[in-house]
Amino acid sequence: MSAQLRNFTGSRIFWPVVILVGLVIVDVIAFPGFLDITVKEGHLFGAPIDILRNGAPTLLIGVGMTLVIATRGIDLSVGSIAAISGAVVSALLLNSPTPDNPWTVVQAVGIALILGFILGVWNGTLVAYLKIQPIIATLILMTAGRGVAMLITEGQILTLHSKPFEWFGSGFIVGFPVAVVIAAVVLILTMLVVRRSALGMFIESVGINPEASRQAGIRSRGLLLGIYAFCALLAALAGLIITSDQTAADANNTGLFIELDAILAVVIGGTSLMGGRFSLIGTLVGVLVIQTLVTTVYIVGIPPVATMVFKAVVVIAVSLLQSPTTNEKFANWRKDRRRPTPTKAIEPKREKVSA
Amino acid sequence: MTQVLSPVDAVVDIVGVTMEFPGVMALDCVDFRMYPGEVHSLMGENGAGKSTLIKVLTGVYSATAGDMHLAGSKVSFSTPAQAQDAGISTVYQEVNLLPNLSVAENIMLGREPRRFGSLDWRAMRRRAAELLEGLNLDIDPGSLLGSHSIAIQQLVAIARAVDVNATVLILDEPTSSLDTDEVAELFRVIRTLKEQGCAILFVSHFLDQVYEIADRLTILRNGRLVGEYRTEEILKIDLVQKMIGKEMASFSELEQRHRESEEEIAGTGIPFLEAKGLGRRGAIRPVDFSIDEGEVVGLAGLLGSGRTEIARLLGGIDRADSGTSEVNGKAVKLTSPRKALSKRIAFASEDRRGEGIVGDLSVRDNIALALQIERGWYRPIAPKRVTELAQHYIDALNIRPADPHALVRNLSGGNQQKVLLARWLAVAPRLLILDEPTRGIDIGAKAEIQKLVFNLAENGMSVLYISAELEEVLRLSHRVGVMRDRHMVSMVENDSLSVEDLLALIAEGSEDEDEKDVVA
Repeated sequence: MSAQLRNFTGSRIFWPVVILVGLVIVDVIAFPGFLDITVKEGHLFGAPIDILRNGAPTLLIGVGMTLVIATRGIDLSVGSIAAISGAVVSALLLNSPTPDNPWTVVQAVGIALILGFILGVWNGTLVAYLKIQPIIATLILMTAGRGVAMLITEGQILTLHSKPFEWFGSGFIVGFPVAVVIAAVVLILTMLVVRRSALGMFIESVGINPEASRQAGIRSRGLLLGIYAFCALLAALAGLIITSDQTAADANNTGLFIELDAILAVVIGGTSLMGGRFSLIGTLVGVLVIQTLVTTVYIVGIPPVATMVFKAVVVIAVSLLQSPTTNEKFANWRKDRRRPTPTKAIEPKREKVSA
Repeated sequence: MTQVLSPVDAVVDIVGVTMEFPGVMALDCVDFRMYPGEVHSLMGENGAGKSTLIKVLTGVYSATAGDMHLAGSKVSFSTPAQAQDAGISTVYQEVNLLPNLSVAENIMLGREPRRFGSLDWRAMRRRAAELLEGLNLDIDPGSLLGSHSIAIQQLVAIARAVDVNATVLILDEPTSSLDTDEVAELFRVIRTLKEQGCAILFVSHFLDQVYEIADRLTILRNGRLVGEYRTEEILKIDLVQKMIGKEMASFSELEQRHRESEEEIAGTGIPFLEAKGLGRRGAIRPVDFSIDEGEVVGLAGLLGSGRTEIARLLGGIDRADSGTSEVNGKAVKLTSPRKALSKRIAFASEDRRGEGIVGDLSVRDNIALALQIERGWYRPIAPKRVTELAQHYIDALNIRPADPHALVRNLSGGNQQKVLLARWLAVAPRLLILDEPTRGIDIGAKAEIQKLVFNLAENGMSVLYISAELEEVLRLSHRVGVMRDRHMVSMVENDSLSVEDLLALIAEGSEDEDEKDVVA
């Protein structure tokens, strides 16, 4: 039991979980009914459910982003892909004579998802085959993508009226919002596929040492292509959920800054931007921290304009708690306090050896 | 074990130092002493704890337990800068200076003399010149550091260390890239420093050099202290035995067996791989090469002679731009490691860290990696089976620590090499290409690896063996390919070939090539 506890306190998601619990405590103090969940007409309502529902698109993208980052990459284009997918589905449904026909919606959704996948293949091709640095390669689509979405919506905000499509954003499956169920299913399936097959090991291996992985026979180009495509597919799915939730496609604002939230969630969850070992559960915790934070801002009564600053403070806190340097200094400080020895102030970090 | 010297005189006195990493006990209650004006050698296999002890001494690690006294007063370092201020200087294997600055600047870097708030260049040169003169070194302080050989750069690094008023100077594998004359020069400088009362810690894998220069030595094994001896009082054979902790008959036994088997079979005579005119512009001139099943072919030559390059072509690591290859008589294109592996050709790179191990994965994942890749991601090997596989190789190759879940980056060089070998053996290759498999690893692991190569060949595996150590090449190979200037100059049968014969072949008609011998 105590060994398990020690394992957990030593793990990378320990501090994020602590922060999450801390935020929830603050919320409960500020608003005692925070954790209450009510059942209306068989559907669950309450602040925790809202957090899950609002966090679902970020989680979907975060899952893809985790894998991309594990390969030493990054995908900045996810927000634009979400916007394109929302624009495509809206344009298709608006131009369809039968927007309330479920089959029409299935077709539109399918086309949007396939398009998202193709955009991911584009990203993956630039990164894996043309060897363009991921940050630049995906920056292309990040900037150009919103333009494409604008072309599709012809610069308008497209308001949707399609009952079956609205189900994505406001429907329920066994009491839970559809968006939450979709995100949960994607998370669980991805975890199963990645950890039960050897895919996770290959991804980590490529992220840790690409050349060693190549010499061991990994087809890393195909692997990278697949991961960028998967990430974009999830971004397109997230775009559908956002668009359905807002019942409108807005090329400028759908999925705006969601790439940053997703990257943040991945990093909070303990996956290093240097690639290698990754944790999808960590990303889930990261998304919950971010989403709870946003909710806390409202509940505690901080003006919403200050949300970004507040977010930054928490990010700094999590990063410091996870940083090996801080932990080392903290340990030294504790040691010094226990038996006071005249050690000098800590000098700059050790020099790196270079030939 | 030396009574004459009392702990009171010791400049470095470490008592009961312990260093624990997650899952690895790197140092276990080790005592260590150094006296002014002595050259002390730290001996041990890879993984014995030498590097860890040095890192504790230089403040890179803070010991988990134990006390350290420096010239009688208790110290504890939490950064390398603190250790340096206290008079402990280190010169690393890789010269750690700036090649595009002058020798004087490198020596005085960070402690430049100043006048009226700006650098006093003249004083800087003068001080550097004095230092170099003090070591009897004829080097122009104004010349660029990068224009000198590695050996000279190393001496400059020592001059720099001495100027920091080192009472303790640590030389970590200083001779690994030096030739004989350069080693002599280094030793002369070491003796000068010794006369000046400096305590010098000399760490080297070369036993002869240790016996030539060291006054005393401390032996470590598996993180524990074995003993402290005067060099003149311990025989080489005893030293080796204490380092590896067992009888060391392996080498001679190996040679015996090699001779015996050579009489019977020199390979099976069935060619496995045949390459004609295989070459790559800028790397290796077209070469004809063949290897039989169960044959060990050695490649000998200087660094940069093309021995690694040809191995990389055969392993599919680099693409050949000329020539053809046949495996079992069928034409093949070895254009990627994956293709080569599918023909059961495995290549173990000389750059273990850069191209071999996947540091942040466990021993078990590293061992299973190539096999799993071969099966494809969608057909995972059962976790239990992977652990069994890892355990099998951990036992067979004596990998330490014997924990399948340890991260490979925490292992010593020799053990990392064994993990890498296990990875390739797990895919059951028919040709195993080993590029410098024994470089930088200790004598015990060397013997084990060579024995392994021998057994593999006996069981029908072909092995292409590259090593800078000619004795090794001769001990194992049925035939030896001699490389020079990116070209294979000859392929000779190894029947009672001697090192001298091989050296003659390597050197033949190459008087004008001496400059190329030392490559950084």
